[in-house]
Amino acid sequence: MSGKYKNVAYYPGCALEGTGHAYNRSTKELGKALGLKLTELKNWNCCGAMEVKNIDPKLQTYLSARNLSIAEDMGFDTVMAPCNGCYHNLKKAEYDLKHDQASREVNRRLASKAGHTTYEAGKVETIHALDWIKDAIGEEGLKARVKNSLSGLKVANYYGCMYTRPRHIFPEKDQGPGTESTSKPHFMDDLLAAAGAENVDYPLKTACCGGAHTLSDSDTSTKLVLNLLTTAEACGADVIATECPTCHTGLEMHQVRAEKVFGRKTTVKILYFTQLLGMALGLSPRKVGVHENFSDSSDLLRAKGLG
Amino acid sequence: MPIHEKSLIRPENLVTHDQLTLEGVDVSGHWSTFITSRAVTDYNEVMQEEIAALPGGEFIHRCWQCGSCTNACTVNAINPDFNPRYWIYLIRMGMEEELLRDKDIIWQCVSCNKCTYACPRDVNPEGVMKATAHWLELKGHTEKKPSMVFDEAFSEQVFASGKIEDGKVLRDFFTRTKQPLLQNWLIALVRGLVMRLPVGLLMKLGLATLFHPRTRGWGKARAAIDEYVAERHAADARALHLDAQGAE
Repeated sequence: MSGKYKNVAYYPGCALEGTGHAYNRSTKELGKALGLKLTELKNWNCCGAMEVKNIDPKLQTYLSARNLSIAEDMGFDTVMAPCNGCYHNLKKAEYDLKHDQASREVNRRLASKAGHTTYEAGKVETIHALDWIKDAIGEEGLKARVKNSLSGLKVANYYGCMYTRPRHIFPEKDQGPGTESTSKPHFMDDLLAAAGAENVDYPLKTACCGGAHTLSDSDTSTKLVLNLLTTAEACGADVIATECPTCHTGLEMHQVRAEKVFGRKTTVKILYFTQLLGMALGLSPRKVGVHENFSDSSDLLRAKGLG
Repeated sequence: MPIHEKSLIRPENLVTHDQLTLEGVDVSGHWSTFITSRAVTDYNEVMQEEIAALPGGEFIHRCWQCGSCTNACTVNAINPDFNPRYWIYLIRMGMEEELLRDKDIIWQCVSCNKCTYACPRDVNPEGVMKATAHWLELKGHTEKKPSMVFDEAFSEQVFASGKIEDGKVLRDFFTRTKQPLLQNWLIALVRGLVMRLPVGLLMKLGLATLFHPRTRGWGKARAAIDEYVAERHAADARALHLDAQGAE
């Protein structure tokens, strides 16, 4: 714990205003409960997710650069994005603006035509919600605040693709003890363990849920998700903890689709790590939006004394 | 045997003779299976250059065929025909006809970036897959695939208003791909949620679909983006030697 990040700019992104509403709610509540201040970026725009880059990658860089310029204008040197897609794209923009002259030119041109500050690499640091809690509070800080231990809850920690890949856009990762690993990430494991959860040894932490094709190639996505779900069950997990709204919604959607279309029923629950941490801090399931999840985990939470 | 020659041992290229004697040697039957000879003359010598000109394809020339991409590939694990290493080889050799055999699955790359993570030569195979899928569509070898329909529906919303509303993306996609919105699994999913959600939040989510979220003062950004996108489309068409209508 370094005590940084107590007051950061907050970029929720489109998913957190739609299907990932529960992630937005639980992130804000968690911040409140931990005394961390989040100030939402004023008038932010979509990061382009996984789609705009397929129209043109430099345009996607511009979309993220605009958001970073807002953080800069608001006087923040750190922006926190809980969504893996947003986080990834802000990081990618930072990398491209630092290393690629053509990306800088497109960004300068579009920013000046659109009439706002041209963002330049190095001005704002992008962090994920995991970095935020890990650095601002840390495991020890979290342990001291736990009111309702997650003990007895077996958790598979699932990070997805965009939190660690490709490696080169995350220069702060893989830097030895204390830093995040891109091959075997552990920040979420660390935080949930501090809250009392029993993490299972889940081999698919960074496997893909097929989120990019969740609608356009649903059968592939369902197969990938079913693998994640059945493996979590085989590892003995009660719940899969997520830190990305696309993964989270993908797991929920395709859990239902696997049952309806493939006839394969799985019962493992799916919760955002912010929901689990919030409940460990004594917040009610309702306060962290458990009722807003597609997957109904109320029975499990009651059984574990959390609901 | 060079990689592309695996095409020679496809069933349609194998020949056995019930009765055949060559230079006094009996070569009848299964033990003397022949491979039909093929001289490759139809190399497409500009294919690599064209794919390299599309976003994502820039570094295809770096590939040294180690196979790390295919080994790491998420989609390859569920469909062994999905083989980025092989396609990169075919593109670099100019073997268009062989590549076209797989034209209907290349778009299925899920952009997990495992290949990009594993690649020792920074080829960016994920980008190459996208560029190749795009090339196949622009050249008219395939119709617009569902992922491109989705990318366009999504991006148009972003360009128009600065934000997306996921319900609208879903509806647009199902409309454009002519699929019914009322899929049984989608109904089950929404029904489960509606049973548990408080009325107030349902109203709020419902209103979000009526009042599309937007970034204020987006007009100038939109104009700048539209102008840039039109330029890029024209540049792509030039690189692929297409005329203004987009046909070859």
